[in-house]
Amino acid sequence: MALVFLPALARMAVTGGTHGNEMSGVYVVQEMERQRKEKGEGAWPIPVTTVLSNPRAVKECRRYVETDMNRCFNTDTLSSPITDSSPYEVRRAQELNKLMGPKGSKDAIDLICDLHNTTSNMGLTLIHYTSSDWVTLHICKYLQTKITKVPVRVLVLDIPISDAYSLESVSKHGFSIEVGPQPQGVVRADIYMIMKEAVDLTIDWIHKFNSGTVRPKQMWLKCVLFLNMLFSGTVFEGGDVEAFEFIKSVDYPRDPETRTLTAAIHPQLQDRDFCLLKQGDPLFLSFSGETVKYKEKEPLHPFFINEAAYYEKGIAFHLGKKMMLTVPKVQVQKD
Amino acid sequence: MSSRIGISCLQEAKRVAIFGGTHGNEMSGITLVNMWTQNSAEIERNGLVVKPFISNPRAVEKCTRYIDTDLNRAFTPENLSTPEVEGLPYEVQRAKEINRMFGPKGSSNAYDVIFDLHNTTSNMGSTLILESSTDLFNLQMVHYIKKAMAPHTCSVLLNEHPQLKYSTTRSVAKHPIGEYKVLGYSTGVEFPPCTVDVFRVQERMDYPRDTNGNITAMVHPHLQDCDWEPLNRGDPMFLTFDGRTILYEGANTVYPTFINEAAYYEKQQAFMTTCREILAANAIRKAFK
Repeated sequence: MALVFLPALARMAVTGGTHGNEMSGVYVVQEMERQRKEKGEGAWPIPVTTVLSNPRAVKECRRYVETDMNRCFNTDTLSSPITDSSPYEVRRAQELNKLMGPKGSKDAIDLICDLHNTTSNMGLTLIHYTSSDWVTLHICKYLQTKITKVPVRVLVLDIPISDAYSLESVSKHGFSIEVGPQPQGVVRADIYMIMKEAVDLTIDWIHKFNSGTVRPKQMWLKCVLFLNMLFSGTVFEGGDVEAFEFIKSVDYPRDPETRTLTAAIHPQLQDRDFCLLKQGDPLFLSFSGETVKYKEKEPLHPFFINEAAYYEKGIAFHLGKKMMLTVPKVQVQKD
Repeated sequence: MSSRIGISCLQEAKRVAIFGGTHGNEMSGITLVNMWTQNSAEIERNGLVVKPFISNPRAVEKCTRYIDTDLNRAFTPENLSTPEVEGLPYEVQRAKEINRMFGPKGSSNAYDVIFDLHNTTSNMGSTLILESSTDLFNLQMVHYIKKAMAPHTCSVLLNEHPQLKYSTTRSVAKHPIGEYKVLGYSTGVEFPPCTVDVFRVQERMDYPRDTNGNITAMVHPHLQDCDWEPLNRGDPMFLTFDGRTILYEGANTVYPTFINEAAYYEKQQAFMTTCREILAANAIRKAFK
């Protein structure tokens, strides 16, 4: 595949606390703001804006105050008129769109990294709403090679940008960093460190992409690279990126009248996010001891298995199809 | 209560309650109590009243720990005796109601046993929580449960600490026990003397915090999930957000528990320290009328 030239990423934002009880992102943003106070704008090699997305929910350590803010960034909601009865999160979403967008415009920030936790055993999952953004996919590929402590997976939703409802869709190349398992309201050091590393590597990639910095010891090599840098950025080789495409959701078995759960995720499915689910595999264990099995013929991959926040959304897990995305070799386009 | 040498004769326990949803987001107890309310066959025993009960229904409906205040801290003498007025926090009203239904606390009309079912985000496995080291009935019952659960381990936490003890929902009963369901009950059987290994609550350890009260460090990865394992002087305890380790400086080895429980951030507790102890219990049997 031919080399593709893409514009530099001038501005980036790291957003935490979009859900107020997903604590890693809250503390990563807090720590980055402390670093900015200590080191000034030189804290990172590129300009980074840090935002606590939903401060009221963070204060109350709840997912949201009135409505899930990470469902408020589709174009319709962003352009709806604000009235006295508008939920707090809708107002805040419009505020964030003004700050980092407007979504879909040339003034929108280049990249939003939105930080999330899940109670599911998903390791590090990078979530994006399209499968054809080379910048985002290259960052995902970079994280997959550099992070080895946990599995790093890529999830694509493939929806048109106007329908994309989550915060990162405000930016040109946004994606979510989802790390789990972590209970709501808890910060685990191991999970925090994975998320921090993912953010640092993302900044690292952008810096390399924009400018191609390498720091050799030999002076002659420094001169050559300095000259090289003036005329080009780092070339990132192309290749295949394994990704999962969202297909559909599955709800818990529920009592038809009261809608309360009648079964829990089966022990043989619990914590097995991204495994291959085949016909006949156990899905749920009812409270009276019966196993409910997967009946579909097509094997698919479950994820967000037993996510606490999804009980109210009628989701026990999502199902996805594995696919290979091919990314071209890319280099920054110098003006 | 009368006793011959070596055997304590205790009044028969006739009424047992199983509480779920004392905290509205702790799902195991809620699910079990709902199940037993619909079909009580599994918990029925001859000669015994066993009542499953949802303690905090409003919190359960909202899937939140509490509405106004922690129900499991609300059973104080002040709250239980305060007059019924408008504007009382929901959980204080509820505590008074529960005390009426299953108590009154401290009286001879109180239920004999309350099992209060909870979940924790800590890696504590199955833990039975006792509030007294001298309640023979509870010691014998806990010993029985531990034996019956084997090889699955059941730890026993004893919170008799004068400051750290708190007024729990289950304290309404004569023999309160936290965490687990009763597995068997035999009328008239004599339970021989036994010993119970317990972890006795020592101290509450908070997170390091800044002047605004925000935490500045997390439970260290080496301590995370290590409930009930020894913590020695010099062992890592916390990790700051910028990567610095804070060590445990206590003189004695302790056994931490409730490590990184979500609900305890607001109670200024990163974990509790305990020390190991062996409690001895006399033989017991039901007193004959």
